[in-house]
Amino acid sequence: MNINLTLIGQLIAFVAFVAFCMRFVWPPIMAAMLERQNKIADGLAAADRAGHDLELAQQQVADQLAEAKKEAAVIVEAANKRAQAMVEEAKQAATAEADRVKTAASAEIEQERARAQEQLMSQVSALALAGAEKVLGAEIDADKHADILKTLSSDS
Amino acid sequence: MAANGDNQTVSEYIVHHLTNLTYGKLPEGFEREDGTVISAGGQWTLAHGPNEMSVMGFNAIHVDSMLWSVGLGLIFCWLFRRVAVKASSDTPSGWINFVEMVVEFVDGTVKDTFHGRNPLVAPLALTIFVWVFMMNLMDLIPVDLIPHSLMLAGVEYQKIVPSTDPNITMGMAIGVFVLMLFYSIKVKGFGFVKELTLNPFNHPLFIPVNLFMEVVGLLAKPFSLGLRLFGNMYAGEMIFILIAALFSVGIFWMLPAALLQVGWAIFHILVITLQAFIFMVLTIVYLSMAHEDH
Repeated sequence: MNINLTLIGQLIAFVAFVAFCMRFVWPPIMAAMLERQNKIADGLAAADRAGHDLELAQQQVADQLAEAKKEAAVIVEAANKRAQAMVEEAKQAATAEADRVKTAASAEIEQERARAQEQLMSQVSALALAGAEKVLGAEIDADKHADILKTLSSDS
Repeated sequence: MAANGDNQTVSEYIVHHLTNLTYGKLPEGFEREDGTVISAGGQWTLAHGPNEMSVMGFNAIHVDSMLWSVGLGLIFCWLFRRVAVKASSDTPSGWINFVEMVVEFVDGTVKDTFHGRNPLVAPLALTIFVWVFMMNLMDLIPVDLIPHSLMLAGVEYQKIVPSTDPNITMGMAIGVFVLMLFYSIKVKGFGFVKELTLNPFNHPLFIPVNLFMEVVGLLAKPFSLGLRLFGNMYAGEMIFILIAALFSVGIFWMLPAALLQVGWAIFHILVITLQAFIFMVLTIVYLSMAHEDH
């Protein structure tokens, strides 16, 4: 076991390899590992957050569902009311129409009756005139006694 | 075994296995085994035999240790750099996953032990851990496989486990020691001198005693760091070699030796990982101490 120049040679090689490792090997590997560590930590945090978000979303969904149900109930009620109101309205309209028709019909009937009466009167007056003519003969001139006949027919 | 001709003794076999392929400078006038004499000014050459190695002294380099060590370091850089390029925050897979696991493990260990802010410590720990582990891992390759193959190719010696070479482990330990001194002075400034002189006896009279004790304590750190790894790996390698030597004793030893080899290899998986881990943790602890101001 001689100590010789190998000692110096090894010392130089040692320095060279350590320098190489320190410059070109250690930093990139450490950086990559650190980056991966951060990535994993971020991923885990994101997963946590996502779980939390999911919970929140579910809560929201439940809330919205309940609200929607409530709203739907309100709408149905309103619709029911509206339908009832419409039925009522229609009923009233129908009643009113019926009344109107009845009134109109009775007015017409009245008119008809008045006309018939008038006709009857005029016929009666004509008949009476004819009778009177027959009774009186030619004494009575229709033209002369038109006034009298007229008052007669309007009186009756 | 049965590597180097039939006339090789067991001790030759072991020594051969524990000899590095050395390239160094032979001094002027040295006579080599083949009779040639080194000319003026000395000569750089591959050493043949332990004698030439000891003559070379400090002016030599273990070619095998250096090549395996740097080669494994380059493999580490390549493997981890590939991941660093591909790394993204997407789902990792396969090799990326494994590398990230190692990086995370080292990062966790550093964060547990080192409380200062220093971008150097974690990459340093990662490099040490993986590199030392890979160097130790060479121990699990059958002891004769690569040396013997290379010998057939004409390479006389080959020691493939760099961490069984004290130069390699001490080289790294000295690197760590320099960092310790640098950060001690940078962080504590004059406090570092105070720490060395006024501990454990806070009195001016005791400064020499304190200084002696503290300096010994300080120097013991890199030595224990480097020699611990070396000692463990050297012993482990030695046991592999001894078990391999059993194969040459006789045909009846084949099966027990094979079982022993497998058993020791399995146990050694723990040892090499543990030693790499200890080297890394101690480095972190020493640097952490260098950063702490009392």
